Amino acid sequence: MSTLEIKDLHVSVILDDENTKPILKGVNLTINSGEIHAIMGPNGSGKSTLASTVAGHPKYQVDSGEILLDGEDVTAMSVDERARAGLFLAMQYPVEIPGVTMSNFLRSAKTAIDGEAPALRTWTKDVKNAMGELKIDPDFVSRNVNEGFSGGEKKRHEILQLELLRPKFAILDETDSGLDIDALQVVSEGVNRAHQGNEMGVMLITHYTRILRYIKPDFVHVFVDGKVADQGGAELADRLEEEGYVNYLKGAAA
Amino acid sequence: MTEQVERTADGNVITDILERNPELEGIGHYQYGWYDSDEAGKAAQRGLSEDVVRDISGKKDEPEWMLNLRLKALKFFDRKPMPNWGADLSGIDFDNIKYFVRSTEKQAETWEDLPEEIRDTYEKLGIPEAERNRLVAGVAAQYESEVVYHQIREDLEAQGVIFMDTDTALKEHPEFFEEYFGTVIPVGDNKFAALNTAVWSGGSFVYVPPGVHVEIPLQAYFRINTENMGQFERTLIIADEDSYVHYIEGCTAPIYKSDSLHSAVVEIIAKKNARVRYTTIQNWSNNVYNLVTKRAIAHEGATMEWIDGNIGSKVTQKYPAVYMVGEHAKGETLSIAFAGEGQHQDTGSKMVHIAPNTSSSIVSKSVARGGGRAAYRGLVQIREGAKHSKNNVVCDALLVDTISRSDTYPYIDIREDEVTLGHEATVSRVSEEQLFYLMQRGLPEDEAMAMIVRGFVEPIARELPMEYALELNRLIELQMEGSVG
Repeated sequence: MSTLEIKDLHVSVILDDENTKPILKGVNLTINSGEIHAIMGPNGSGKSTLASTVAGHPKYQVDSGEILLDGEDVTAMSVDERARAGLFLAMQYPVEIPGVTMSNFLRSAKTAIDGEAPALRTWTKDVKNAMGELKIDPDFVSRNVNEGFSGGEKKRHEILQLELLRPKFAILDETDSGLDIDALQVVSEGVNRAHQGNEMGVMLITHYTRILRYIKPDFVHVFVDGKVADQGGAELADRLEEEGYVNYLKGAAA
Repeated sequence: MTEQVERTADGNVITDILERNPELEGIGHYQYGWYDSDEAGKAAQRGLSEDVVRDISGKKDEPEWMLNLRLKALKFFDRKPMPNWGADLSGIDFDNIKYFVRSTEKQAETWEDLPEEIRDTYEKLGIPEAERNRLVAGVAAQYESEVVYHQIREDLEAQGVIFMDTDTALKEHPEFFEEYFGTVIPVGDNKFAALNTAVWSGGSFVYVPPGVHVEIPLQAYFRINTENMGQFERTLIIADEDSYVHYIEGCTAPIYKSDSLHSAVVEIIAKKNARVRYTTIQNWSNNVYNLVTKRAIAHEGATMEWIDGNIGSKVTQKYPAVYMVGEHAKGETLSIAFAGEGQHQDTGSKMVHIAPNTSSSIVSKSVARGGGRAAYRGLVQIREGAKHSKNNVVCDALLVDTISRSDTYPYIDIREDEVTLGHEATVSRVSEEQLFYLMQRGLPEDEAMAMIVRGFVEPIARELPMEYALELNRLIELQMEGSVG
C-alpha cells in the first residue's frame, strides 16, 4: 500500500531567467494504491502543470507545499530518482529520440527502474505480449523512439511503457486526446491492466468524460484556476458532461 | 536492422555478440591512462635536421631514391608556413619531438616473440583477443615507430594479398613503391605531409590483386608510447581492378604531460571497379596534435569510402579526400567528431570530381561539449569536364551545452554546368524535453545524455564493425561522464 499526497502545492512556471508565473495555487490531493482519480477542468487550469511538477520537469518551480510519496517529499529529488521511486508520467507530447530504437530504450528504462537488467528471455516475451495487447506492430521495436509515430501510436507507446515499467503511481496527461474510439479503447484497457495487475494508483488528467467510460474513476476532481474547485465520485463526471465548467469559471472570476 | 548496443545500469554491455564472444569485452575498455617504462625512447634524439633524416633512412637501409625523397620533403617542410586557417597549432614544438624511436631490434614473428611489456600493452588493447577470435584477417600492431608484430592469415597470402608494415614492404616489394609512393599525396602537398615524408616510419602496406575480395577487415592498431614522440606512420593501399578491401585503423594513446604530435599520411589507389573502405576511430589522449593527410584516387567505376571517427586528441585536422579520376567513380565519407573540454576537432572531407559521371557524398556528425570546438570543413570540387557529376553533403552538429562551439565551413568550387549538388546543415542542442523524457523513464542524466548522443551518431555507428561500434559507444559514454552537474 502506497500513498501519493499533494499538500498545499504552489507552483510557478519559469518563463525565462528572471520571470515566473504562478499556476498552481494550493493544490491538495491524496491518491492511494489502487485508486483512480480523474482530474478534469478547463484549459489553462493547471492540470498539466500538476502532472509535470509531480514528475519534476525543470520548467516548473515549487514555491511551497509538499509532494509526498509514502511520506517522503519528492520535490528535492531529481526526475530520474522520482521515476525510480515509482512515479510514471504518460506524456501529452512524447518527444522523438533520433537514432535510439524502442527496444534499446525500453530495456534501458526497465534496467534503470528495476536496478538490474531484465532476464533476456522473459523480457522479450513480456514486450511482445504487451505490444500485442496494445495492437502495436512488432516492427516498432526496431523503430526509433517516437520518430515518425502518429499521435495515436505515441500514446499507445506511453501505455506500453507504463505496462512494462510497473510504477506505483501513473499520471496520465491527456492520454486520451487525439485518439480515435478504437485506440481509446485499446489504451484504456492497457491502463486497466496495469491498474489491476499491480495495484497501481492513477491520476488521470482529461478534458473529456469519454475516457471515463473505459476507465472508471473512484474520484473526480475539478480543477479551476490552479486549485481543486470541487470533488466527488464518478457521478461528478456525469454532471460535468451536462453542465460543463461554466459554473466553476463564474465562481473563479467573482 | 542494425544490432543495438544496450547496457545495464552498472555499465555492462548486453548484446548477443558479446554473449557469444565474451573476449570482445577487452576491446571496448578505455582505461588507457597507463604507460609502460620508456626504454626505447630515451636514446632517441630530439629535434629535426638533415642528419636525423639521413640517420632514419640509413638505419632502415633504404634505397637512395627514398633518402632523396625524404630530404626533398624536409626542404618543403622547412619552407612551408604553419597552416593558420584551422585550429591553434602554436603549441607544437618541433625541436622537442623525437622523430624516430626503435622499440625492438627485429620484428616478431609470433605473439610469444614480443617483449613482455609490449605484450602487456597490447593485452590491454585487446589485440590478442581479437586475433585469437579470428575477427581480423591480419593484425599489424604498430608499437612506437616500427611494426613489431604482424600476422596475416594464410588464405589471404594464398590469394596474393600483401599486408605488411611499410618498411618491410619497401624492402620486399620496392616496385610498388617506385610506382605509387608519393603519387597520391605529393612530397610537398602540405607542411605536415612533407614532415611525414621526411621522417616516416612504419605504417601499413596493403596490396590486393585483381578480383580478390578480402571478406574480413584488415586491422592495425597504433599507439604512441614515448613521451614527446611524434608518430609518422605511412600507409599505402593499392586495390587492383575489381578487388575489395576494408582496412581498419584504431588508435589509442596513454596520457602524458607534454604535447605529442601524430602526423600520418595515408595514400590509397582504387583501380578500375575496385572498392576500398578505410575505417578509423582515433582516440588519442587529449595532448596529441593529430594532423593527418588521407587521400585516395578512385579510377573508373571504383568506390572509395572513408569512415572517420575522431574522439580523442587535443587538436585534429583531417579531411580524407577522394580524387575521382575515372568515369563513374564514387567517393563517400562518413565522419564523426566529438570535441570535449579542451579539444578542437576540425574535420571533414574533400571530394574532387575530375571525370564525368562521378558521384560523392559526405555525411558529417559532430558533437561538442564542455567548451569543446567541433568544425566541419569540407571541399567539393567539380572540375571542368566532370559533367553529370553529383555530390551531396549533410552535416549535423549537436551541442550538449551552451559553452561549446560548432562551425561549418563548406567550400564549393564548381567548374562545370551540368552537375547536381545538395547541401544540408543542421545545428541542434540536446533538448530539455528529450532529457526529461528519458529521465522520467528512470535514466540518470548522464546516461540520458549519452543515449541521445549515441542516437545522434547512430547512422554512422551502424556502418562500423560490431566491436568498433561498441568501442565508439564506450568512448561516447566516457566523454559524457561528468558532462552534467
